[in-house]
Amino acid sequence: MVLSISSRRLMKELKEIETKGTPPGIQLLKADDMETWIFLISVLGDETVYKGETFALKLKFEPGYPIDYPQVTFLSDDQYQPPLHPHVYSNGHICASILGSEWSPVLTALSICITIQSMLASCKKKERPPGNDRYVRSAPLNPKLTRWAYEDDTV
Amino acid sequence: MSSDEDANDYFEYEDDGFEDDEMDQEAPVKKDYDVAYNVKTLSQVIDMQKKAIANIQTVLELDASTAAILLRHFGWNSEKLQEQFFNDPSKALTDAGLSPPSSPSAHTSPLLPPTASSSTPPRITRSSKRVATPATTRSRSAVSIQTSFECPVCCIEYPAASLSTKTLALGCGHRFCRDCWVEYVVGKIRTDGESAKIQCMENGCHRIVKGSLIDQLVDPDTSQRYRKLLNEAFVSDTATLRWCPHPGCENVIECSQAPPRMLNQIVPTVTCGCGNELCFGCGFAASHRPVLCKLVKLWQKKCADDSETANWLQANTKECIKCQSTIEKNGGCNHMTCKKCKWEFCWVCMGPWSEHGTAWYQCNRYDEKSGMDARDSQAKSRASLERYLHYFNRWANHELSAKLDADFYKNTEKKMEAMQQSGNLSWIEVQFAKQAVDTVIRARITLKWSYCMAFYLKRNNQTELFEDNQRDLERAVENLGYLLEQNPEPDSISKLRADITNQSAYVQKRHDILMDDTLKGYLERRWEFSVDI
Ligand SMILES: [Zn+2]
Ligand SMILES: [Zn+2]
Ligand SMILES: [Zn+2]
Ligand SMILES: [Zn+2]
Ligand SMILES: [Zn+2]
Ligand SMILES: [Zn+2]
Repeated sequence: MVLSISSRRLMKELKEIETKGTPPGIQLLKADDMETWIFLISVLGDETVYKGETFALKLKFEPGYPIDYPQVTFLSDDQYQPPLHPHVYSNGHICASILGSEWSPVLTALSICITIQSMLASCKKKERPPGNDRYVRSAPLNPKLTRWAYEDDTV
Repeated sequence: MSSDEDANDYFEYEDDGFEDDEMDQEAPVKKDYDVAYNVKTLSQVIDMQKKAIANIQTVLELDASTAAILLRHFGWNSEKLQEQFFNDPSKALTDAGLSPPSSPSAHTSPLLPPTASSSTPPRITRSSKRVATPATTRSRSAVSIQTSFECPVCCIEYPAASLSTKTLALGCGHRFCRDCWVEYVVGKIRTDGESAKIQCMENGCHRIVKGSLIDQLVDPDTSQRYRKLLNEAFVSDTATLRWCPHPGCENVIECSQAPPRMLNQIVPTVTCGCGNELCFGCGFAASHRPVLCKLVKLWQKKCADDSETANWLQANTKECIKCQSTIEKNGGCNHMTCKKCKWEFCWVCMGPWSEHGTAWYQCNRYDEKSGMDARDSQAKSRASLERYLHYFNRWANHELSAKLDADFYKNTEKKMEAMQQSGNLSWIEVQFAKQAVDTVIRARITLKWSYCMAFYLKRNNQTELFEDNQRDLERAVENLGYLLEQNPEPDSISKLRADITNQSAYVQKRHDILMDDTLKGYLERRWEFSVDI
């Protein structure tokens, strides 16, 4: 059987992680198959509002990967909760431009983790995005089905 | 034919230069608040682009794809493009996502890699020895040393000999395999609907994929889709153009008199070549005069948010307050008579109709003071909801009535045709009813929007006049609606016809007065609103 492009690519990414390791604060928790990976993410240092907290980031890869970006959400279960962040909804959905218009097929699972980590690191105030409750009430399961746009509260 | 199509037919009226209905006597008069515009067909729109591209091609001595990308980047503003290009060609090209003029690959086929030559014998790959680096930072230097190439997207290895046929890089030098390019470009076009701004696959690289290359990469169907998206982007990037929003119509309206900054004082209603009206300002698929675009948008959002509350109001049935039997509204008229107990009342306010026929008529006005007094004990939010519902109810009612009027007319029409065939009426005599129904529907749509306007209008000494005009039109419309619901009988038809014709002319007059005064009021800055416009 010919390996699909997404599997070939993910195997290569996995190999790189195994040989080179992950950056500080990022840890591969689970990569049992070429469909769903889970990374643990924490922000290091004393400057962060997330000191001592660890979050679980779930990446779900579809056959179109890496031309198309994966589904990326923070886990929300008994063990892990999504960070309180102005771009993270309480259901774990994330509003980040690389998971949308700024996605490039050369980006990797690890580069997504690095971007999300720096997004957390630059946060000064822990709060939910405006309109969180309304979004979460009607949000699709797959965050890729959401057309992310800046909140417009003028109307 | 559906009643929606019917309703659209009724929107043909005189404000523009396109009136060709022989039954309309008035010559079109251009008012201060009207805008001049042209209707363009799709092929004229394509020609507009071709002309602009050809012009830039000649002036700046560039190929068509490059000229097109530059024009798209500069929002099709040829003068601005030329100015910037003469100032600093490199900057203009790079900003637009093109290779600067000095780059050797700028005007050559991107299919040929700068260094790999097909005469180079394929070598055994060395990439297996390369230390793995994260894909984000991996450089494409593998290309410059003549060796096999691993596509950073799919991780497939290509021998050096196949580089020129199986892989390609844009002017920026970021190389990927052809298969990945195809999948990427097709996805951008078919899934994301992108066209003019499809960029290089490399992270952070803004180099644009040219149209000529896209045509080489994709299947004919996708290519056609791409051209269509380019047209759409051209229209949406050009402030003076707007697509006709009516289904099946591919026309484009060109208007230079309604830039966004003017939309706080004009409502640029235009009529497309397909016969339907639209608002050039916001693209609303009908006239929303006399209300400003911004207020329409706010109103629609409000109605959507409050739709649960509003739904029950839109219901077509109400209970008679005297005998509790259910009454269905089956005509546009607000004058209701309970079939069971003969109680006559107003559909809108449920008040006795006897109070509506005369000078005392309070159905268009929400008396804020007495209303507030009556609701003194209730929460403020409840009061504001009730205020909204008051206006919404009237707004929705006129929409419903306009539809019902159209339905009702179909029955009348049949009856009149029968009379015509039996020789009691001539063809021309039958037409008065159609004209009157058109007038009623048009007036109802205007009234409908006047309630949206009233909701946002701040009370000042000018609003009284607005409400008077609104009330006069409303009363005239209800009277005409009532007449139109009378059964035409051969012996009473001439009297009915005279009444309907007179009342119809009166509605027309009241309609024009309301429209004229309200739209002029914007230009004269007479209106103040509770929201920022
Ligand atoms: Zn590839
Ligand atoms: Zn590039
Ligand atoms: Zn049209
Ligand atoms: Zn508008
Ligand atoms: Zn009754
Ligand atoms: Zn009433």
